[in-house]
Amino acid sequence: MSMPFYVAPEQLMEDRADYARKGIARGRSLIGVTYEEGILIVAENASNTLRKVSEIYDRIAFAGVGKYNEFDQLRIAGVRHADLKGYSFSRDDVDARSLANQYAQMLGQIFTHEMKPMEVEILVAEINQEGGSPSGQLFHILYDGTVKDHSDFAVLGGDAEVIFERFSKTYSDSLTLRDGIQSAINALAGPDRILEPDDLEVAELSHVNGRRAFRRIEGDELLGLMPS
Amino acid sequence: MSKKADSSGSIPIADTISRMTLPRFTPEQDPGPNFLALVDDVGIQNAVRSSLIDDLPHGTTCVAIKYDSGVILAGDRRATSGHQISHRTMEKVFPADQYSGIAIAGAAGPALEMVRLFQLQLEHYEKVEGKSLSLDGKANQLSQMIRQNLPQAMQGLAVIPIFAGFDLRQSTGRLFQFDVTGGRYEEANYASTGSGSVHATTVIKMGYEDQLQESQAVELAANAIFEAADEDSATGGPDLIRDLYPIIAKISVDGYEAVPTNDVSTIFGTIIDSRRSKVSGGE
Repeated sequence: MSMPFYVAPEQLMEDRADYARKGIARGRSLIGVTYEEGILIVAENASNTLRKVSEIYDRIAFAGVGKYNEFDQLRIAGVRHADLKGYSFSRDDVDARSLANQYAQMLGQIFTHEMKPMEVEILVAEINQEGGSPSGQLFHILYDGTVKDHSDFAVLGGDAEVIFERFSKTYSDSLTLRDGIQSAINALAGPDRILEPDDLEVAELSHVNGRRAFRRIEGDELLGLMPS
Repeated sequence: MSKKADSSGSIPIADTISRMTLPRFTPEQDPGPNFLALVDDVGIQNAVRSSLIDDLPHGTTCVAIKYDSGVILAGDRRATSGHQISHRTMEKVFPADQYSGIAIAGAAGPALEMVRLFQLQLEHYEKVEGKSLSLDGKANQLSQMIRQNLPQAMQGLAVIPIFAGFDLRQSTGRLFQFDVTGGRYEEANYASTGSGSVHATTVIKMGYEDQLQESQAVELAANAIFEAADEDSATGGPDLIRDLYPIIAKISVDGYEAVPTNDVSTIFGTIIDSRRSKVSGGE
């Protein structure tokens, strides 16, 4: 009878985390940032159909990096959770904090119990009810269920640290939409690359858009806001 | 995962609330973008089951009229229980999504619930799939919801809506009428539903012509509701004491938009003045 080899738990977790990080590092990054009218999400995404950024509920948006099918599965679960909760209780009872916790539970569970961790990092962004302070909240959830919350900005993806450094230099707490988009694009691109509108997916959450605050910024509008 | 209410019709509320976790499905059980199937799967039951139910609030007259660049929807504000007026402020005309609207007549409770579910169904589909249903797809969804309501309709809780929208693919306004079994009938020019619909239809029929302007169609709709309210006790007209007016909405390439109350009150003011000038004394 063969004996299974003993593997130290530290080693096991380390290996899983490495595996997940490698998967995430293969994809492009994104930035979520609060600006003067809400929250802006700028993602580098070469596809126009496989979305990284999308709407969850009235004031909540979702963004994911890493393996598309895995974060899309999380996105759909989030839409279902939010719509069911709003239907059972009231639209005002749907909030990002509870959704972020659910995601964290699920990702943590999968990280420790399943064959393979999810190779994703996700962002749950919410603008507060009108007049609330701070204006928005960003929940950054990692492949192992770690949750970080930010009220300024969050960077997700493989090159997160480098992009974070670059973006911190241009960030201020009341960016306009144009400045927000331009500094996010410059931070994502770095000094050696130029990003075209086709390489980007940009969306905002803003009360200006009415009940459903989520709006994509694309086409000519995006072209007009690009850095020159 | 799938668990439905038992045959006695009890509602597993505790079950629903304890299930406020992220819903996960195996690929075979996945409800896709269908919110109704999702609601069913997690065990929220929205059916009322009992014997014949009388004297619940009922909504009455709604009309839809096509005009040169879209569709007008209009509905009165009265709900009646038997011979009593139960609500004077009820709304029967709603946006279904950005480019479509729904107007309802029939048992108020199930009708409002149907509207809520229908709105959610369209929004849910749009979010999960990343694009809206086609206008035909939306009408078909509503048709299925009405059919599901048939057992309740047989107990006196019928819901008969009108569905209208702007079809972005065909660049035209379109409207649909339904029957209690979910039968769906697309109408070319106008439609009406509810107890005052006979009178409302006659008014529209007399005033309708192809390529009406928006303002003409709004006036025609207001006239139709006014005459229906004049003849049918269950339909409410303009309520000058409480400053309540029927709701009129237009759906065009710019989307669903309610006509402002001030404009509606002006239109009804004109109608009342013109009727008054024609009649002296009682009949």
